[in-house]
Amino acid sequence: MSTPVLQVRGLTTRFRTDRGELTAVDDVSFDVGRGETVAIVGESGSGKSVTALSILRLIPSPPGRIAAGEVIFENRNLLELDNASIRDIRGNKIAMIFQEPMSSLNPSLTVGIQVAEPINEHRRTPWAAALEKAAELISRVRIPDAQSRLASFPHQYSGGMRQRIMIAMSLGCAPSLIIADEPTTALDVTVQAQILDLLKQITQESGTALMLITHDLGVVARYADRVIVMYGGRIVETAPARELYKKPRHPYTVGLLTSVPRLDGDTRRRLIPIDGQPPDLARLPAGCAFAPRCRAAVARCHHERPKLEPVSPTHQKACFANAELVVQ
Amino acid sequence: MQNSLSSEVRADARVSATDEVLRVSDLKVHFPIMSGVLFKHEIATVKAVDGVSFALNRGETLGLVGESGCGKSTTGLAVLRMLTPTAGRILFEGADIAKHDAAAMRAVRRRMQMVYQDPYGSLNPRMTVRDIILEPLEVHGLADDRAAARARVDELLRLVGLLPDMADRYPHEFSGGQRQRIGIARALALEPTLIVCDEPVSALDVSIQAQVVNLFMDLQERLGLTYLFIAHDLAVVRHISDRIAVMYLGRIVEIARRDELYARPLHPYTQALLAAVPVADPEVEAARPRMIVTGEVPSALRPPPGCRFHTRCPSAMPVCKTIDPELTDLSNGRAVACHLHAPVRG
Ligand SMILES: Nc1ncnc2c1ncn2[C@@H]1O[C@H](COP(=O)(O)OP(=O)(O)OP(=O)(O)O)[C@@H](O)[C@H]1O
Ligand SMILES: Nc1ncnc2c1ncn2[C@@H]1O[C@H](COP(=O)(O)OP(=O)(O)O)[C@@H](O)[C@H]1O
Ligand code: SF4
Ligand code: SF4
Ligand SMILES: [Mg+2]
Ligand SMILES: [Mg+2]
Repeated sequence: MSTPVLQVRGLTTRFRTDRGELTAVDDVSFDVGRGETVAIVGESGSGKSVTALSILRLIPSPPGRIAAGEVIFENRNLLELDNASIRDIRGNKIAMIFQEPMSSLNPSLTVGIQVAEPINEHRRTPWAAALEKAAELISRVRIPDAQSRLASFPHQYSGGMRQRIMIAMSLGCAPSLIIADEPTTALDVTVQAQILDLLKQITQESGTALMLITHDLGVVARYADRVIVMYGGRIVETAPARELYKKPRHPYTVGLLTSVPRLDGDTRRRLIPIDGQPPDLARLPAGCAFAPRCRAAVARCHHERPKLEPVSPTHQKACFANAELVVQ
Repeated sequence: MQNSLSSEVRADARVSATDEVLRVSDLKVHFPIMSGVLFKHEIATVKAVDGVSFALNRGETLGLVGESGCGKSTTGLAVLRMLTPTAGRILFEGADIAKHDAAAMRAVRRRMQMVYQDPYGSLNPRMTVRDIILEPLEVHGLADDRAAARARVDELLRLVGLLPDMADRYPHEFSGGQRQRIGIARALALEPTLIVCDEPVSALDVSIQAQVVNLFMDLQERLGLTYLFIAHDLAVVRHISDRIAVMYLGRIVEIARRDELYARPLHPYTQALLAAVPVADPEVEAARPRMIVTGEVPSALRPPPGCRFHTRCPSAMPVCKTIDPELTDLSNGRAVACHLHAPVRG
């Protein structure tokens, strides 16, 4: 395999809160291969967005700080770059797409100018040419009548169209990585399918890697090559998508898969919920963060933290239990 | 009787499992859009619900699905008469409540309750859990015996899987899933026949949704409850419903028994909706044919003429642009509003 486009090593991000300092992302390490789609799943507060924001150095500080780690992108540690250099990477080599496109678009600038701007800025392309390129990108994300659409404002677009514009913007500088944080959570299901299909197709055509953050296991199954499961700020399991669904090895992953009804599931089967509540990061248990909810927990789990260790060359889990867990 | 959820009372409710609790006929809810600074005048009408009909039997769950803005919540609110319908009939336990005034509704309201989507916004933060659950009992003058009322709150908390000693805490001390349980306990306080659940698990974490879905199903079995279950998650709806109605732009486009709808959707919109939902299994996904409809739901202010889905429908025919297909009964209690399935004559 060629060198990964992104290597995250020991990333640790903390926030100061009135309840003390909490570790939102705790010693997280993973790679994203060239052209690969990696999904990060986990429930609310598990550290998915903070991981993405840390990679791009967008953590508000204070109250946040990146306490440790390396983010290697194209042979450079992004955490050590000066502000000008990181700004040149953001929206250029690494593009971002967020859940609420309206908050990333400027309401008072035309869509054409906003799509053309990064091309003009990062690529030093004259405005006329940048606008022409913008029209091309807008039709590439299948917005009809691109040329005349350049002059409209974001509020004249629907939610799905705005997300298409975000994709067009992200493509302007031919990035090698796109980070999409819940890009379709706010959209209707038929539009969600349109947008994710578009994103997948475009990244495939251009060999762009995609880091897709979601809590929807169906979306992961449809689009991801590899999956990272987060819980309480840590990676608890990672594997190629097919392997993760077929042979999950962490009790939390198993819990997620059995607690969610499937569109093709057996309707007579009762859902098996995960007992208890998601963890409070300010009061994490001393041992495994999942221990209070885990049916497989043994004494050791309550005072010692399991490390992420390989179960196979492509599959890792952070769990003391050895038994193979089977999803019924 | 208000203090017991005695199983005998409820069991006989289940015996007569076919009696009809609710029949909604040609329900319309139109909202005027007003404009003008000094003199407000109507500039347009949103036909949020525009001719919806369905029936619900005792102990049954009807799932109501569709994309945002199609009129699911408005239908639910109108059924509970939290909104005044523009037209149509709402037969609840045999009486048409569509035109009931506030006084007449008070007596009926005990028998129909709502569980909301937002477990944060729907509970008063300044009230204890006990007061929240007692409130509906007080409104109906059923909490005068304080000791009995107390016991009733304890019983309701246990029923929804909480502990009686949680009663004196405030909502902010609870998680989303627990708050949703409190909302359910409040809805159950008056022993309703019908509960309208509007997206009751959408705001919950995935690991918590199953707890609440199981609770709804257990309560239905124990208490013989009837649910109108509104949701956009088609897998959750499939799991919990006996029958499902699919809405698009203020109309029901298809209604059918659960297994038939999912195994053989007939309306092109139902087909598109089901195809859009990914299955949580990469192998199944890789083998599944993809059918993606283009475009987005048009504005409810200006629904397309003819079939409202024709602007996105891959099977649209010339007739679809001009003639609005009626919801037509097929066999097996299934009904579809599409010219492909009930060709126009002449
Ligand atoms: N600016 C901040 N100040 C304090 N704490 C923060 C801040 N941003 C995030 N956190 C905390 O960091 C933890 C991880 O948050 P993060 O946003 O990464 O979750 P997530 O996995 O993206 O969840 P969701 O699915 O809800 O988007 C949470 O406990 C959150 O409260
Ligand atoms: N009070 C109101 N005034 C004006 N329009 C409304 C009102 N309530 C709902 N609507 C409109 O009615 C339509 C249906 O809304 P709703 O029933 O909330 O949809 P759903 O629950 O299916 O998402 C939407 O177009 C919505 O904007
Ligand atoms: S380490 Fe122990 S508590 Fe944690 S997931 Fe594994 S078995 Fe459960
Ligand atoms: S009536 Fe015509 S446009 Fe409407 S769903 Fe049927 S085929 Fe499609
Ligand atoms: Mg997030
Ligand atoms: Mg709604």
